[in-house]
Amino acid sequence: MSRIDSAFARKGHKALIPYVTVGYPSVEATLKVVPLLAQNGCDIVELGIPFSDPLADGATIQKASFHALQNSVTPQLCLDAAKQLRKTVDIPLVFMTYYNPVFSYGFEKFCRACHDSGVDGLIIPDLPPEEGSELESVTQKYGIDLIYLLAPTSTEERIRLVARKSRGFIYMVSVTGVTGARNNLSANLEEFVSRVRKLANQPLCVGFGISTPEQAGRVARIADGVIVGSRIIQLMEEDDSLSKVEEFVKGLREVLDTYSSL
Amino acid sequence: MVKKGVAMLPDNRGYFGDYGGRFVPETLVPAVDELMAAYESIKEDTAFWSEFETLSREYSGRPTPLYEAERLTGHCGGARIFLKREDLCHTGAHKINNALGQGLLARRMGKKRIIAETGAGQHGVATAAVCAKLGLKCIIYMGEEDVRRQSLNVFRMKLMGADVRTVCVGSCTLKDAINEAMRDWVTNVVDTYYLLGSVVGPHPYPAMVRDFQSVIGKETRQQSLERLGRPPDYIIACVGGGSNAMGIFHPFLDDKNVKLIGVEAAGKGLETDKHAATLAAGRVGVLHGSKSYVLQDAAGQIWETHSISAGLDYPGVGPEHSYLKDTGRATYVTVTDTQALDGFKLLCATEGILPALESAHAVAYASTMAGTLEKDKIIVINLSGRGDKDMGIVAGALGVKL
Repeated sequence: MSRIDSAFARKGHKALIPYVTVGYPSVEATLKVVPLLAQNGCDIVELGIPFSDPLADGATIQKASFHALQNSVTPQLCLDAAKQLRKTVDIPLVFMTYYNPVFSYGFEKFCRACHDSGVDGLIIPDLPPEEGSELESVTQKYGIDLIYLLAPTSTEERIRLVARKSRGFIYMVSVTGVTGARNNLSANLEEFVSRVRKLANQPLCVGFGISTPEQAGRVARIADGVIVGSRIIQLMEEDDSLSKVEEFVKGLREVLDTYSSL
Repeated sequence: MVKKGVAMLPDNRGYFGDYGGRFVPETLVPAVDELMAAYESIKEDTAFWSEFETLSREYSGRPTPLYEAERLTGHCGGARIFLKREDLCHTGAHKINNALGQGLLARRMGKKRIIAETGAGQHGVATAAVCAKLGLKCIIYMGEEDVRRQSLNVFRMKLMGADVRTVCVGSCTLKDAINEAMRDWVTNVVDTYYLLGSVVGPHPYPAMVRDFQSVIGKETRQQSLERLGRPPDYIIACVGGGSNAMGIFHPFLDDKNVKLIGVEAAGKGLETDKHAATLAAGRVGVLHGSKSYVLQDAAGQIWETHSISAGLDYPGVGPEHSYLKDTGRATYVTVTDTQALDGFKLLCATEGILPALESAHAVAYASTMAGTLEKDKIIVINLSGRGDKDMGIVAGALGVKL
């Protein structure tokens, strides 16, 4: 059983999955925040490898990526950071990035390095399964889960395709749009999740736009995990002691636990 | 026309050899599928093409002339130089061919909201014009740097009713405008049509834009046969994303004796990092939805490019060009900012024609090459656009205060 599978093994437990951009606001901050997230009830951490052209991201993560690149963050540095984090953190670490940095590094070399650094999975928002067969085989060789995404626009045929191919979990994009905190979640979220639930056996984790405990609660009623990105980054910007992030994550954990028996 | 050989590509997954494909977020995959289905449905639809041809004639002003540049030829002292006069198209560049085709397609698909990116502003103006004509809502994304250097085109777009949105992230140029247009598309995918302006992006854009632009090459071929009794020996076109070049190259792909030459922007020189010569200096990667040559650093981050010409200032290139480069069917060369300015001045002085700075790259290369060739050789330059929009930049570069 992979580390990601174990994270979903507890029946009824709702996974809390924060995202941070590696190197934003600083590499030190990343190295400090991930253990803090793990200690405060997070189940998986997504580590964003910054890319110069993040076309699936909204303003917050665009800005974080831009600054991380200004700080000379590279895929290699992210791998090194993961390796260092792995020494103290037991929960799964998943890289989220775009296709080109991984392609440029070389699939074989990148997946081997992920394996050696204790990285468990890979999320690539500009890689639909039709283009993923080569990376699928290399990730499997190194025991890395390649996690695919589904969106509210996905047809039944595409849901079946992702249900066949996605490993670890399925990343459910809550809205037609880019990443970023929103006031309101889609009214059709429940319908979307139940449509996928009928066709897929993987855990379903919902992300994009979730920024409050109330929204997390609504997601937890229907899904297996909640992904929170932009809001975490905003709180890291607001307070570099990280106590705001800590408090926020604790609050989310509490809400998710009230749904854990469902 | 039955296509043969390399003219058959892309395959059904959108690949030209190793290049192309569809690297887009899941949210967009159904939209791209819908577009593919719509495009397939019009391919053999005579009513669609008949409307396209009527409007090309009456609205865009096609066919454009194949003009013999006799004084330029005399100046260069070698091969006969002809200009395919896309600069005479309505809105001032070849961009109208594609904007018109996709605009008609969008209307047929029932999409009422059109988004587009623009670099030099030529594609933005063409899109704004077509949207005004067809009664469609139009939003144009344009980098802040380009808004500044192409302010005349911004004003033209606004007069035609377009909402011009300035993009000031990253390098504030064309690639960032495309990113922002794709974000808009992801967000408003249900009612929005993305009218992409070059032979880049996910399948089917590279093939579809090429097909709408191939009217340039079809006319050139016919005009050349009628007038000269044979195809030209050389076809020379500038390459940013590569739509004017692909449009003129494609109908000649199976004419093996016709040499196809693409001219990229060497900016301040290939030895610097201030250029946009993707095929000359890039390596294979994925940008804006397709696999192709890309200017990128060792870590796979995309370059911020430079060219005096906003329309060539782009770190990617259409996947079919990458394929033509690798197979050797086309050759790609480079021209610096300074050389392009010389080409610009030369065409003004010898022919009384102001080329766009993009097209001036092709003029510069062709005029140098012509002198090395026999007088019975024929060169066609795709004069993709006119230079009125560039007056401010050219004046600045020549130290003239307007």
